[in-house]
Amino acid sequence: MKYELVSGFETHIELATKTKIFCGCTTQFGGDPNTHCCPVCIGLPGTLPVLNREVVRFAIKAGLAVHGQIAEIAKMDRKNYCYPDLSKAYQISQLYAPLIIGGYVELSSGKKIRLHHIHIEEDAGKLIHRHGDTYVDYNRGGVPLIEIVSEPDIRSIDEAREYVERLQQVMRYIGISDCKMQEGSMRCDVNISVRPEGSEEFGTRTEIKNMNSITNITKAMEYEYDRQVDLIESGGKVVQETLRYDDVTGTTSSMRSKEDAHDYRYFRDPDLVTINVPREEVEELRAEMPELPADKCRRYIDDCGIPEKDAQLLTKYRRISEYFDEACDGVKSPKTVSNFIIGQMFRRTETESDKEVFDIATTPAQLNELVKLLDSGKIRNNLAKSTLEKMLDTGKGVLEFISESDMGGVDEGALLELCKNAVESNRKAVEDFLSGKEKAIKALVGNVMKNSRGKADAMAAEAKIKELIENS
Amino acid sequence: MGTIAKIHDMLTSKECSCTELTQGYLDAIEKANGELNAYVKVTGEEALATAAAVDKKIAAGEDIGLLEGVPMTLKDNMSTKGIETTCCSKILTGYKPIFDATVWETLKGQNAVLLGKTNMDEFAMGSSCENSCFGGAANPVNTDHVAGGSSGGVASAVGGNIAPYGLGSDTGGSIRQPASFCGVVGLKPTYGAVSRYGLIAYASSLDQIGPITKSVEDASIVFDAIAHSDKRDSTCVGNSGVTTYDKLNNDIKGMKIGIAHEYLDGVRDDVKEAILSAAEVYKSLGAEIVYFDLPILKFALPVYYIIACAEASSNLGRYDGIRYGYKAAHYTGTHDMICRTRSEGFGEEVKRRILLGTYVLSAGYYDAYYKKAQNLRGTIVSAFNKAFEQCDVIMAPTVPMTAFEKGRAVSDPIETYLTDICTVPVNIAGLPGVSVPCGFNQKGMPIGMQLIGKSFDEATILNAAHQYQKAAPEKFTNTKWGVQL
Repeated sequence: MKYELVSGFETHIELATKTKIFCGCTTQFGGDPNTHCCPVCIGLPGTLPVLNREVVRFAIKAGLAVHGQIAEIAKMDRKNYCYPDLSKAYQISQLYAPLIIGGYVELSSGKKIRLHHIHIEEDAGKLIHRHGDTYVDYNRGGVPLIEIVSEPDIRSIDEAREYVERLQQVMRYIGISDCKMQEGSMRCDVNISVRPEGSEEFGTRTEIKNMNSITNITKAMEYEYDRQVDLIESGGKVVQETLRYDDVTGTTSSMRSKEDAHDYRYFRDPDLVTINVPREEVEELRAEMPELPADKCRRYIDDCGIPEKDAQLLTKYRRISEYFDEACDGVKSPKTVSNFIIGQMFRRTETESDKEVFDIATTPAQLNELVKLLDSGKIRNNLAKSTLEKMLDTGKGVLEFISESDMGGVDEGALLELCKNAVESNRKAVEDFLSGKEKAIKALVGNVMKNSRGKADAMAAEAKIKELIENS
Repeated sequence: MGTIAKIHDMLTSKECSCTELTQGYLDAIEKANGELNAYVKVTGEEALATAAAVDKKIAAGEDIGLLEGVPMTLKDNMSTKGIETTCCSKILTGYKPIFDATVWETLKGQNAVLLGKTNMDEFAMGSSCENSCFGGAANPVNTDHVAGGSSGGVASAVGGNIAPYGLGSDTGGSIRQPASFCGVVGLKPTYGAVSRYGLIAYASSLDQIGPITKSVEDASIVFDAIAHSDKRDSTCVGNSGVTTYDKLNNDIKGMKIGIAHEYLDGVRDDVKEAILSAAEVYKSLGAEIVYFDLPILKFALPVYYIIACAEASSNLGRYDGIRYGYKAAHYTGTHDMICRTRSEGFGEEVKRRILLGTYVLSAGYYDAYYKKAQNLRGTIVSAFNKAFEQCDVIMAPTVPMTAFEKGRAVSDPIETYLTDICTVPVNIAGLPGVSVPCGFNQKGMPIGMQLIGKSFDEATILNAAHQYQKAAPEKFTNTKWGVQL
């Protein structure tokens, strides 16, 4: 029997606000243990949380980016559990009235992965195990998070991968998080179950906690899918449990079963007042939103004539797409700009993180200048390509490498002379052309180009040569 | 009587220096505290340092504020920077806050002289002060009796003249009940009038800091000083610039004072008589007494114990021995350390309420208890709003009885819970309430009446209370203890 995979994601994303969610401490990653802390975020008796409004604004942007509904009224709840990295023994989170309801993430296939909700909450500290002792670092305690909870709409590992990539892309675009999985600013809990293909009913799910790379997510899901299928095939039953994935052995193992599941005793946090979200604020934030990658991609395809594959590459990172947009200003052929970026510039930004930063010596304005010269026929493609290499090496503008005389092109009279010369000195090619070998014309054009040191307009030369032959 | 106004006059007229005054109180504490057990920590050095600074100002001919140089005390659940703050719990042994509670920051800024920290039921859970890890505070009127709770130490100190005034906290009656037992004035402000920042939480949606004083006028002065919004407490909006002091002497002719029949049900006869005779005093002052029903009151006590315990079970989760306070001496591993620390560090009543609260919030019981209690809370709020359409102030006993003898509360927790029956509705509805002495029983133990006001209308209840005090000063008596001014 064939089995279908069913999966839903709970994705935690650390928000890049300057200060923590309930106090004024910095959210900066790292720092000596317990130096980014104050009485509030270490939960000293008598302290009270005060909500950082910036967190609400960042979360609203996240909600808008995934087409969610922004609640008019949201509330904070306490999620009670006792663990040394949680200084108050409760995490301030949202259960009963989250800030964002619904929404979806659209995959390239056009399929929409629906979202249940997005809520805001505080991160916990970290335990550090060293020399047989355990230490606590509360620097991360109180760093704002959003948790994006999807519906179980994911049906394959490819969809899972794309879902995570899309979220990562859009959240980076709107600037609310760097979404670095290796630093923990984006983490996923993966719910996964299997069912016989064609079945409507969901199977029993397991949850793999705290996945910190896309590679591990796909590996863990592959393993867990196989494990569940094997279990069912051999007459066993999947047990609802929470799992951890070991990336060394490539296997999942049980953290706790359903019976041991925490009872978080959620209740409204009496220390925090109701969050009112006026519609004007939502509109203000909507106006601040950059063009989202999906919209950009569509525009590049429809308006700029960029092939879909290239449009995807250009929009994967916000900086690249912004570079492209700037470099395209007033040019006739955005496709040329795209080709330069994806061709020559991507060779210099090999890794994904290089592309994300897109630290390129040539400014968009410099590229724009180069493309405009090309547009106007003042320089030719080969020359543009080699010049761009020099520009990228040095950061200098196009005029540093191309002189006025190089750009002069070839005027009508000179072009006529060159063409005449080509026709006269290549009789063989002329005859070939006259006998029906269309391609023979290329040799004649090549001669013109050679003698003009690449400055002549090949199209114009071709037309002129044809004219000369036909009139002779 | 050693009221704030009197002490202020003494200081400004140079009848005594602030240092002499402070030393006088410190000596009195030394003498009386063995029996009253009102203070759990005396901060003599700090007090004298502040007093010296005030004396310097006076000597330089500078004006001093009304609270400046006046000695006072804080219940031991208010954070005081560098001064041990324990909530009278073993689990906070040795805990010295690194910041001041907002109320203390405010008063310290006005050169209030902190004499020390006062006794309380552990984490403010109790009605007798006997749930303190330091033993209970005695009632200064008769030391065989309890001072009440949970702010028993403040009431005992003020009643025993070893503090002119103090700040207590009131979650279900913890200011008003001991004030009533000790024959002093206690004001529980509207929820949100006074910052809770730095007040070690028992039940966050009910806790409120307020003054315990010798007179209504003093309660008004202290309340005006501490009722301010605080950016560190988002539930605190302050008193929007209204000063209650200016309105103390407003004429109460025509004021409608309501009495709900339910408040008089099951109340001891002597208490009921005292309340009804206070009503007569009000009539003579031109106020109108109106009677009405408030049947919802019968749910107040269960609603209170469900909500308070639920919040407490969450608030007290942080005491695990890891960061501060008491830690069990012997343990194996983190889990065992936390278990032992809590088993050894928390007292019986605290454990009982944590268990109750954990239960009412747990899966499968949340709807039956916590959610239902929250819904009823809304109904109680509406019922009070409706009652206030008929009257300006509601009058009730503070406690259905007078201070009981030591040891009784400990033996019967349910009976002790019942003593809160008249005080908890105010906390549930977030309203202001003041307890004012209004008589004595046959044994001479004080009886308190409670005046309940509309939300943020402390001015009206203090006005009514002050007018009563002027009309019936004999109900306010002094004890033999402490500094006699």
